[in-house]
Amino acid sequence: MTALRWAIAAIILGVGVLAIGLEAAGFDAGVALGSLWRGAFGSWDAFTSATLVRAVPLVLIGLGIAVAFRGGALNIGAEGQFYAGAIAATWVGLHSGALPPAAAITLLLTSATIAGLLWILLPVWLKLRFGVLEVISTLLLNFVAVSLVSLMVQGPLQEHERIYPQSDAIAESARLPLLPGSRLHAGLLIALAGGVILWFLFSRTLWGFRLRAVGLGPRAAEVSGRIDSRRVGAIALLVSGAVAGLAGGVELSGVSYALFQNLSPGYGFTGIAVALLGGLHPIGVVVAGLLFGALQAGAGAMQREAGIPAVSVYVVEAVIIVVALLATAPRGGWTSLQGAVRKRIARRATA
Amino acid sequence: MTPVLELAGIHKRFGPVHALRGVDFRLAPGEVHALLGENGAGKSTLMQVAYGLTRPDAGELRVDSVTRRVSTPRAARSLGIGMVHQHFTSVPALTVAENVALAAGWRVAPREIRERTRALSERIGLPLDPDQRAGRLSVSFKQRLEIVKALATEARILLLDEPTAVLALAEAEELMEMIRAFTLRGGSAVLITHKLDEALRAADRVTVLRQGTVTLMSSVSEQTVGSLASAMIGASAGSPFVVSKTTSSVKAETPREAIRFDALELSRESGYGIAIRHGSLSVQSGEIVGVAAVEGNGQRELLRAVAGRIVPLRGKLQVTQPVAFIPEDRTSEGLIPALSLTENVVLGLGKDGPWVRGGRIFWREAEARTKQLLTELDIVATGPGMHAAALSGGNQQKLIVARELSRNPAVIAAENPTRGLDISAAADIHARFRSAAEAGAAVLFHSADLDEVLELADRVVVVVRGVMTEAPPTASREEIGAMMLRSAPEA
Repeated sequence: MTALRWAIAAIILGVGVLAIGLEAAGFDAGVALGSLWRGAFGSWDAFTSATLVRAVPLVLIGLGIAVAFRGGALNIGAEGQFYAGAIAATWVGLHSGALPPAAAITLLLTSATIAGLLWILLPVWLKLRFGVLEVISTLLLNFVAVSLVSLMVQGPLQEHERIYPQSDAIAESARLPLLPGSRLHAGLLIALAGGVILWFLFSRTLWGFRLRAVGLGPRAAEVSGRIDSRRVGAIALLVSGAVAGLAGGVELSGVSYALFQNLSPGYGFTGIAVALLGGLHPIGVVVAGLLFGALQAGAGAMQREAGIPAVSVYVVEAVIIVVALLATAPRGGWTSLQGAVRKRIARRATA
Repeated sequence: MTPVLELAGIHKRFGPVHALRGVDFRLAPGEVHALLGENGAGKSTLMQVAYGLTRPDAGELRVDSVTRRVSTPRAARSLGIGMVHQHFTSVPALTVAENVALAAGWRVAPREIRERTRALSERIGLPLDPDQRAGRLSVSFKQRLEIVKALATEARILLLDEPTAVLALAEAEELMEMIRAFTLRGGSAVLITHKLDEALRAADRVTVLRQGTVTLMSSVSEQTVGSLASAMIGASAGSPFVVSKTTSSVKAETPREAIRFDALELSRESGYGIAIRHGSLSVQSGEIVGVAAVEGNGQRELLRAVAGRIVPLRGKLQVTQPVAFIPEDRTSEGLIPALSLTENVVLGLGKDGPWVRGGRIFWREAEARTKQLLTELDIVATGPGMHAAALSGGNQQKLIVARELSRNPAVIAAENPTRGLDISAAADIHARFRSAAEAGAAVLFHSADLDEVLELADRVVVVVRGVMTEAPPTASREEIGAMMLRSAPEA
């Protein structure tokens, strides 16, 4: 399991860099890392209400991005699709008070999924019709989605007193059930089920195999496999957008209950890192999502207990992302890096 | 007369390929010298040596009888050598004048650049608008720009690498006149080509390369299409394929028509222009038909249309299914190097694989079948789980052939099925094609190696600039070679 080794190396290196940085800035790194750990895994409450709650959207978005990336399509717009899903979920949640919970929740999550899919439809069409790069179109639509949320919470979806830029809370019946005594909601089950379903699709079905073939060799997939790689790439993007939309619905129905600006602390972007760190493998994505959830949960505790800005945890995330990219780069990976180092040493020796 | 440019005893190896084997070449002042040879004969490599793009392993280069080291194009230009490449080397976003200045290294004001470019292009007889963006020029004007660039450094020696490949007949004539005018002013030109009639019309002298050796060097007036063709293609002795041709008269069943097309018109893969015009062919089951053609004459599109990868523009095309297709590019089209051998077999058979049921893949079955194919074809691999990238080229090709033949195809379409393989691996693939044909498959294949076409095929079809002609059964190797190299009559 070289992927696992890389992941562990990435975490150790990230935490190490954070510790050195904290020491250099005059903080006590030991105390800081201690509170980081306690905030993430220190108690049952910390694990469920903080770590797992934050992991759910990361896992979902990461899974969606893994579908796109496996098919060679780069969806950088999960943040926007997440918000699109959240907007749709809010509207449904506000108007479904009369429905029984099962119906209300199903309707809410379905609408969120469709909204995410619609949000990526434009980039997909632009790509198929004009060859516009999806990297750019999905990325730019993120900003549109953020603006749309702010328009909504100051306009049609604003709370009834019209004072705060946020929506009213959604109906009780549209909220996901909680684990008693915690803030952990049933969205965790959705995320885990998503991982299992994708694992099955990727490893056992012709669909999943074709997706990977298109990602690894689009030309051979077309010529030898007679696969329409444009179509497969488009479907991968649509699935990816739909799953990110679902994540927005789950977040609204399980955690925030209302729509407001900055609902997402960059889940859509962190989700890309989660997908990459997880090696685009569903199980890996679930584990990576838990890790990033733990980091974000621990960051909060570190700020409260040790007075260290929570953003310092981004250092760890950044190091992990760089290492993950290095591990998967065309000329990266352990063996190539070793080779490069040896070559350099040999050159020094002869010079 | 002392030569202006002389290459003596040039050797060049690329890994295992001995591209130039002691080549001598002399260019006299004021002459147009045609350099002929098949694809891979070494013509381009030789000119790259002269232009400093390739460093020879051995040999000397003399300009005006002085031995020189030309290790970069810049050094070549300073000696008065200019080159027109086969592919466009201009920056599309810059203007004509800017491209010329870039190539010539002029460091003067923009207005001066424009004036110089205008003056230069008119003096050479190839007028160009200096303000036009290079990317917006038509193909023949792009070619003009390349020549103007090559001459901008006051070149006395012009090396042209297949300059007429992209031109229409009239444009090619115009270009030849321009080259003639250049030599009348005292310049000398080398014209790389594989078109015999062009060499005969435009050149004073001719040098023919075959497999890295000079097979002919003479004045054009002493040569004919036939004599040049045999120098290019070689004497027909010693075919490299050792398996004797088995003309089995007993076919498995009565032949049926497996491929038929009439008045077929195909567009080029690039999307611009026609690859095959008004082509007709009928292939019976059990028959092996070889397509003989020089690169880029439409044979690629023809085979891909038969394999169902290209939709015809016009005409009738009937192909009995299933079709096995063996593309020429193993690692980008035939298989995915990052996938395992089993996965590559699964890729090729798609839904038709017996291991696919209800959208599910039963990997164990696929792996067992792959293992079987590995033993059947003697593929050297550690196992079906090995990455295809780790196989040697020959074994990759065998895997593709094994995969495609495992469909029990009614039709086999193959492009250069044995390119880069050693003799025994090639013979093995030929034997498999023959036994597939005996079992009732119709085989249509192309090879850049005419010997291979003649060795394997029952019938030969020649494609020249999209026009298909069946070679008469009695045609000799030289006659077919001459057919391949003759320019098609313009429609």
